Amino acid sequence: MTHSLRKTLGPMLMGSCLALGLGAAAPAGAQELRIGFVAPLTGIFAQVGKDMQDGFQLYLDQNGGKLGGMTVKFIVEDEQGKPDTAVTKAKKLVLQDKVHMFIGGLLASSGYALAPVSTAEKTVYISSVAAADDLTQRDLGKYPLFLRTSWTSSQPHHPLGQWACDQGYKKVISIAADYAFGYEVAGGFQKAFEDCGGQVVQKIWPPLGTKDFGPYIPSMKADADAIFTVMVGPMALQFPKQLRGAGNKKPILGGGTSYDEFALPFMGDEVIGDVSALHYSAAIDTPKNAAFVKAYRTKYNKVPSYYSENNYTTAQWIDEAIKQAGGKWPGPEEFVKIMQGLKIDSVRGQISMDDMRNPVQTIFIKKVEKKKMFGYEKDELWNTVIKTYPNVSQFWTYGKEKFLAQPVYNRDFPPCKFC
Amino acid sequence: MVSQQVKIGMVIIGLALLAFVIPQSGSFVILLATRALAFAILAMSVDLLLGFTGLSSMGQAAYFGVGAYLTAVLATKFGIGMGWDFWLVVVMGILLGAALAAVFGLFAIRASGVYFLMITLALGQCVWGLAYRWNSVTGGDNGINMTGRPNFGIDLTNDVNFFYLVYAFFVVSLLLLYILVRSPFGKSLAGIRERELRMQILGYNTWLHKYIAFIIAGGFGGLAGVLWAQTNGHVSPENVVLTTSVDALLMVVLGGSGTLVGAAIGTGIVFGLREFLSTIVPWWQYVLGAVYVLTILYLPMGLMGIPAWIRQRRSQRKSEESKKLASKPS
Repeated sequence: MTHSLRKTLGPMLMGSCLALGLGAAAPAGAQELRIGFVAPLTGIFAQVGKDMQDGFQLYLDQNGGKLGGMTVKFIVEDEQGKPDTAVTKAKKLVLQDKVHMFIGGLLASSGYALAPVSTAEKTVYISSVAAADDLTQRDLGKYPLFLRTSWTSSQPHHPLGQWACDQGYKKVISIAADYAFGYEVAGGFQKAFEDCGGQVVQKIWPPLGTKDFGPYIPSMKADADAIFTVMVGPMALQFPKQLRGAGNKKPILGGGTSYDEFALPFMGDEVIGDVSALHYSAAIDTPKNAAFVKAYRTKYNKVPSYYSENNYTTAQWIDEAIKQAGGKWPGPEEFVKIMQGLKIDSVRGQISMDDMRNPVQTIFIKKVEKKKMFGYEKDELWNTVIKTYPNVSQFWTYGKEKFLAQPVYNRDFPPCKFC
Repeated sequence: MVSQQVKIGMVIIGLALLAFVIPQSGSFVILLATRALAFAILAMSVDLLLGFTGLSSMGQAAYFGVGAYLTAVLATKFGIGMGWDFWLVVVMGILLGAALAAVFGLFAIRASGVYFLMITLALGQCVWGLAYRWNSVTGGDNGINMTGRPNFGIDLTNDVNFFYLVYAFFVVSLLLLYILVRSPFGKSLAGIRERELRMQILGYNTWLHKYIAFIIAGGFGGLAGVLWAQTNGHVSPENVVLTTSVDALLMVVLGGSGTLVGAAIGTGIVFGLREFLSTIVPWWQYVLGAVYVLTILYLPMGLMGIPAWIRQRRSQRKSEESKKLASKPS
């Protein structure tokens, strides 16, 4: 038994090793554009990772698997939601698959971990979701081959602070997930809101992944006009439900991820009327977005989230860059330069890139409404756009030098002056 | 029974093969092997506790984490450890791991069995909490990025050079731990594992023995952390979190506890499945799960128990045959 097993297993193992070896040594065809994609496909963020991948894949499929005339070899790797694994997988893409660029990374921590790989391995890295502010701010100098097609965490929340002032809100409570992304989102909102005369009177930091807000809700100050929230994943579903359940009827202003289309379909009617800000809404009423939502929904049977749109647009951006380079890979430095110079007419509107390689784009203030849209029959929750702020850069109205002189938003900055 | 010399010979041949084959393969495989070897040192330190002393530690990632964070903080904030002073960092990492274990041991060693497991788990999570929340030093959730690897005449930025360095550390660790468990001290640890009360009656200070073993394991954990931090140049709370401790424990159980080599084999298999197979097929998790379940169901001794299992089956069959022969009327 053991002997015969060994006899059959031996050649099989040899064969598979050979096959793997051959598979790894992909022919370096002149017309092939190799793109690596790093997204969480297992673990708690697996569904977000799927949205990211689907967005990119949809653009590829609509364009016959080609970007800018080059046939694309699209290699997806699972980062498991861990920065350490993201680095390993990015290195695999660079060393083994010899990709021209790698894209993705979900969490801010993954973005921070991946950017140095691009410098060390001299390969382009495009952050299509990871929003960590400093990547395109104070740290950019370290990453010459890095660029971002998505957003910085604070970018949509500066306008939201302004908008809150315009509504006449004077005192706001901030409750935000206790990690870097939460600090940056809440910081952006607080900075802009206090600069136009508002006051953040209380800051609460529940840990990432909190499901029971029982200890936090009763401690909220009663004299506030509104509540600003930064919720991520399952937190986004729980918080509005529990807040309303506790009888608190104050208006909610949400950080982008508190109400993005990834969470919205799973929410109840209690969120109707809640306002949030982001650089995309599935309910943008333009023919381009309508076509995108319908195509995405037909193919994947769900409403696209900003994760999907950002990656779709990333593919479009690369498409136009390669076109401009004459249908061939221009080399990493040149590619970054071309990407930076492009103006994209994307699903979410006109986008360009600032000199720190972060998009300048429209920010949407959105209100959750239950209605029919794009000809779908059922009443559904949509993020109806109630105000747009066009051409918002990551520095808002502060100017680059002044903005970069302050520290990156963190747990203690801006300080809670009115607490 | 395979004699000890033959076993040692097999391990030496295996190690030699590793040193020759890995550098010939693709650079991604080299990186993976380097990471696996660094982690294997941690797994062996778990094995010292689990397999030889009978203490199942759920907090071994704490020592791993302090080693890794020490390396990253020194390199990024003070510029220490990128040249010859890398060796200084190695020594400091070992000492810090051991020192932390010396503190934690005071709390943990008093307990045994599941209580020991709970206390080490809690203490490990304390370190994780510190890594996650002490933003000014650890960078919080974002972690710390290091630029490049040390260069002290030998440039470790070269993956092959770095592989050989980690390989050397691994071999030395294996050797030291092997000498340790074969020493009279190691024998007394085994005695504690088998029956602590009897050892006490024989006059051994079992608390002290366990405490020393715990500190030694912490030191090796610290060493593994220092090396690990250099593999990807990135340290984050993910390295200190509970799952890292559990991973190390599972690797030991998978390979076979109380064998040292088993811990290394378990590490290799888990890394192979998790980081290599996952680049080929999306259902790698099922394979990993199946391997764990099958091992626990059929090989309680781990993969290192396979030869013994085969021998047992053979001798059973022989005895059955001889019984049949005996019962046949002649």
